[in-house]
Amino acid sequence: MKDDAIIRFDQVTMRYGPEDVVLDKVSFELQPGKFYTLLGPSGCGKTTILRLIAGFADPTEGTVYIGDVPMNGVPANKRRVNTVFQDYALFPHLNVFENVAFGLRIKKLKKDVIQAKVSEALRFVNLVGYENRKISEMSGGQRQRVAIARAIVNEPDVLLLDEPLSALDLKLRTEMQVELRELQRRLGITFVFVTHDQEEALAMSDEIYVLNKGRIQQSGTPIDIYDEPINRFVADFIGESNILEGKMIRDYRVEFGGSEFDCVDGGFLPNELVEIVIRPEDLEVVSPEEGKLKVRVESQLFRGVHYEIVGRDRSGNRWLVHSTRSVKVGDEIGLRFGPEAIHVMRFGETEEDFDRRLEAFAEVNHAK
Amino acid sequence: MRSNARNYYLIPYLAWIALFVVAPIALIVYYSFHDIEGGFTLDNYAKFFTPVYLKMALSSFWYALLITLFSLLVAYPTALILTRTKHKQLWLLLIILPSWVNLLLKAYAFIGLFGTYGLANALLETIGIGRKQILFTDFSFVFVAVYIFIPFMILPIFNSLEEMNKSLIHAARDLGASAWTTFRRVIFPLTLGGVKAGCQAVFIPALSLFMLTRLIAGNRVITLGTAIEQHFLVTMDWGMGATIAVFLVIIMALIMVVTGQGRGSIR
Repeated sequence: MKDDAIIRFDQVTMRYGPEDVVLDKVSFELQPGKFYTLLGPSGCGKTTILRLIAGFADPTEGTVYIGDVPMNGVPANKRRVNTVFQDYALFPHLNVFENVAFGLRIKKLKKDVIQAKVSEALRFVNLVGYENRKISEMSGGQRQRVAIARAIVNEPDVLLLDEPLSALDLKLRTEMQVELRELQRRLGITFVFVTHDQEEALAMSDEIYVLNKGRIQQSGTPIDIYDEPINRFVADFIGESNILEGKMIRDYRVEFGGSEFDCVDGGFLPNELVEIVIRPEDLEVVSPEEGKLKVRVESQLFRGVHYEIVGRDRSGNRWLVHSTRSVKVGDEIGLRFGPEAIHVMRFGETEEDFDRRLEAFAEVNHAK
Repeated sequence: MRSNARNYYLIPYLAWIALFVVAPIALIVYYSFHDIEGGFTLDNYAKFFTPVYLKMALSSFWYALLITLFSLLVAYPTALILTRTKHKQLWLLLIILPSWVNLLLKAYAFIGLFGTYGLANALLETIGIGRKQILFTDFSFVFVAVYIFIPFMILPIFNSLEEMNKSLIHAARDLGASAWTTFRRVIFPLTLGGVKAGCQAVFIPALSLFMLTRLIAGNRVITLGTAIEQHFLVTMDWGMGATIAVFLVIIMALIMVVTGQGRGSIR
């Protein structure tokens, strides 16, 4: 698998000043034909990664490879990648056709070839008939499509998208998510998508890289990341969650909120202090007698698809519950959850350690 | 009622325009129809179309064009570099500063620099070329005029460069354009508005330069501005001077209209 990576970062560090470290020894590999998302809060370094791939910046240390070729010092116009910019960066003095044709004209292709390719690209993004429009006459969603057409018409190996949906309204954004995903499947090229919106990332990606403070916190499929967050940051950033301190009594047995519960995680030291994650939608509201935990309801918000209930248990932990059943503020309710709803996280565990523990633990299980 | 009240506020401005814009132009037009004795005549207009004055008009045009061109050639790269420096406002201030110094003082400074025993000739002598006649040549005239006008060219170009969305440059590079192609196909077309404004700010005053033609070019360059000055102050033929002024005003208005076109469509 290592040989066919289309983009490889090898110990890449990016520093704007002695104290201002944007990326800290980041290494990863991207495979061709997949939809990757770089996800993180602003200032986490995700856009810097994009700029390093595009060639707008060179790393302070380490090497960026495209294919097998080291790219340090290679200018943006010599790289087979194209970018869809956050503000689209369409040329205001050119019409839609000329915007899309820009890259082809620089390659000095024949007129009829340019005509054919631009038409095809515009058909791809459903903009047939808009060729002679000025950019200022296009709506936000249409500009977005022009920007995509302008990038894909050059047939890049990798398409970089820098928060391209952030300027659109919610409905259009959801539509464009589906369209982008569809487009990536049809083109079959690698997409690297940068966003701070976790829902967007979960909906679109083959694989997500969660970044924080210049480091990759965790990478994996959306399901992996949602179900098995490696640390508090990832659990908190991806979706909503209840994060509590707990203690592993032994494998498959964890204590938190004043009681002991069965769980499905293992590979810990006896009585190790851990953090546990339970997603609010995995909690079921039942009567106090039926529940595994008793919680006093503090507030309830109607969210459309569900009620968002906040309560507190007897040891003072705050619980967030998503339920279709309405409750009364001030009442005591019971919460029920299965062993698989509990996800246990070790303090300060790196991604490698996490993977190793899971593997070792799976082997042990297998041997049984 | 309210709009009436608003109209009263306009009075000072209207008075200003009537007194200092409309009245002088009307006076110039009025004088242009009178001969040296004060009688009504159209001769001044007929005289303007004689070779003497046409040649003068043409040479004014030619020098103004040269001055504008060289100003642009110096100012554009300067503005481009300025936008990429760290303390751009400071540098800009330093460039604009000399334009606050009186024109006459600057002209005398150049007489000193370009004179037979001036700094320029001393320099030429030390590098072995020998003394040259620099003052009172076309070169010195254009050089000094360009020096004086450069801030007026830099400022609008600098502003249009600053206004331009920087990610457009990244976009052009991303699409395969070299630095030069990016400049030619994106940066320059998008700052054309600033270039036009700068050219206006240089070309129009350059058409009517008169002090420099005497001090620096030693009256070897005769422009329409020189002619107007001579007619009003030396020959006392106010009618002819006013006629030339009328033509200058018309030419300037035409230039404004022509270069002003399409400035709005850049956005």
